[in-house]
Amino acid sequence: MNDRRSELEAAPWSGRTRRYDLIKEGVAALVVVTIATVALSTLFGSPDDKQITFKEWAVAAPADFYATTVQELAGSSGTGGYGAPYNTASDGVNLGPLHLAKLMGVTHPVDTVNDFVITPLTTVVNSGPVADALKQWQSSDSKTQAAWATNYDNALTKANQDATKVPSGNYGPVPQLSGGLLSMAQAGSLDGALLSQGNYFQSDNTKQTLFMGDGSYFNDQSTASNLQGSTWGMMNETGRYPGQAWLWLYSFWYQIPPFNNGDSHPFGANADAWIMVIMGALSLGLIIMPLIPGVRSLPYKIKIHRLVWKNYYQEENL
Amino acid sequence: MSIMQEKEMWTSKLRKSWQKTLPVEKLLPDTQPAYVASWIYLFGVATLASLGVIIASGIVLAFEGASWYHYSNVGHFINSMHFWSVQFFFVFMVVHLWGKFWMAAWRGRRLLTWITGAVAFVASIATAFTGYLIQTNFDSQWISYEAKDGFNSVGIGSRFNVTNFGQMILLHVAFLPIVLGVITMIHVLMVRAKGVVPPIDAFNAELGERK
Repeated sequence: MNDRRSELEAAPWSGRTRRYDLIKEGVAALVVVTIATVALSTLFGSPDDKQITFKEWAVAAPADFYATTVQELAGSSGTGGYGAPYNTASDGVNLGPLHLAKLMGVTHPVDTVNDFVITPLTTVVNSGPVADALKQWQSSDSKTQAAWATNYDNALTKANQDATKVPSGNYGPVPQLSGGLLSMAQAGSLDGALLSQGNYFQSDNTKQTLFMGDGSYFNDQSTASNLQGSTWGMMNETGRYPGQAWLWLYSFWYQIPPFNNGDSHPFGANADAWIMVIMGALSLGLIIMPLIPGVRSLPYKIKIHRLVWKNYYQEENL
Repeated sequence: MSIMQEKEMWTSKLRKSWQKTLPVEKLLPDTQPAYVASWIYLFGVATLASLGVIIASGIVLAFEGASWYHYSNVGHFINSMHFWSVQFFFVFMVVHLWGKFWMAAWRGRRLLTWITGAVAFVASIATAFTGYLIQTNFDSQWISYEAKDGFNSVGIGSRFNVTNFGQMILLHVAFLPIVLGVITMIHVLMVRAKGVVPPIDAFNAELGERK
């Protein structure tokens, strides 16, 4: 019976027909949508909150920028400890025994010390103390460099990021290097240097974005704009504009336990990976929905189709 | 060339198969079954119309560059058209999708029509997402920073790097529109070839079931 029904439903329609001008309908739709789009564009425009530059960050929150630079030198920043695809500092998040990021390897290597601090400093003419600090750093071995940076990072953290309250210690040239990068950023030279890394052509903003994300300033701005993941940020837009509302289901999982508790294991701490898997499965489910028992029967049980074909059902006395 | 030789040609085979599956009368019919009379049918064509506005405004933006709209009033207006047509596109597509679900539109060997439609929906999300990444403003900075963790967490970030502006702009203006365009075209051609799905109870009488 089902095969016969399917055959009938697949066959060319032999019942009553009506005149229908597809091209006219298409043109009318295009005209209406264009007019509506022009109207909304004229009335509301579109969101365009200005990008944050390193100059803006360094001028508005110099202590935060300075402390972040120290963390980059010490390898204690978010990027420094991230793991794949940027470095091997950690295993990254997991799906049970699967560490997929680690499995794919370091495909976008980021060396926070050289890429974020040392190389940019070498692209400008530095003042005497900074130039001397750069020479001292470059002529030292990595063990000594790490010890200096870690000592200063710990001392600065204890001093609540107030460099003036850090007691003297074995910090090597770290304070001068961090101060030099702060001056460079305040002068507006760091944005380009981070992007180009000493080259001419470059279109990969990975290093800039990671460095900026390691500080608090960038995060604070996004919190103020209601863009954090914990507040449905994935689907929000700056200002009072609609964002990517179609990402509501993706955002939804970040609002509920166990995914909204970053400390809870195994799901909260690995929420990014689990939610990607859930959304992948749900997307596949949407694509093959007609094959899923139960779900495919819903239109037969909940008869919304009778509203769609109301006239036809009345005319045919169905 | 003999008739036999012509029959064996791939070109003639394709032409005949095409003519059988989708003759021009099916591609551009001037009648539709009597049941095609509901406001829900407008959402498919409205989605296509929105896509048309998206592509037109996107082409202008592509010629002028990603930063143009920051300093040009005309650029800002064209960017606004791109922005709002995307919003319309998704609203129309979601209503169209829900409509087709409640009509069980996959009936009558129309499974592939549903699948191409659903794949087009997913491809649209990916295309829109890369568009949000190349706005060259604070929003795109933040979205790329946040989204990287999701993609990195399952290894996708090793090849799809959302913080790489160059990669994202190429995907948004070249690769993904081609993918979406081809899937959409296949979807529309399948709708024309298979016809609009009949009402669920249209054949109850023929099958001896109660009306």
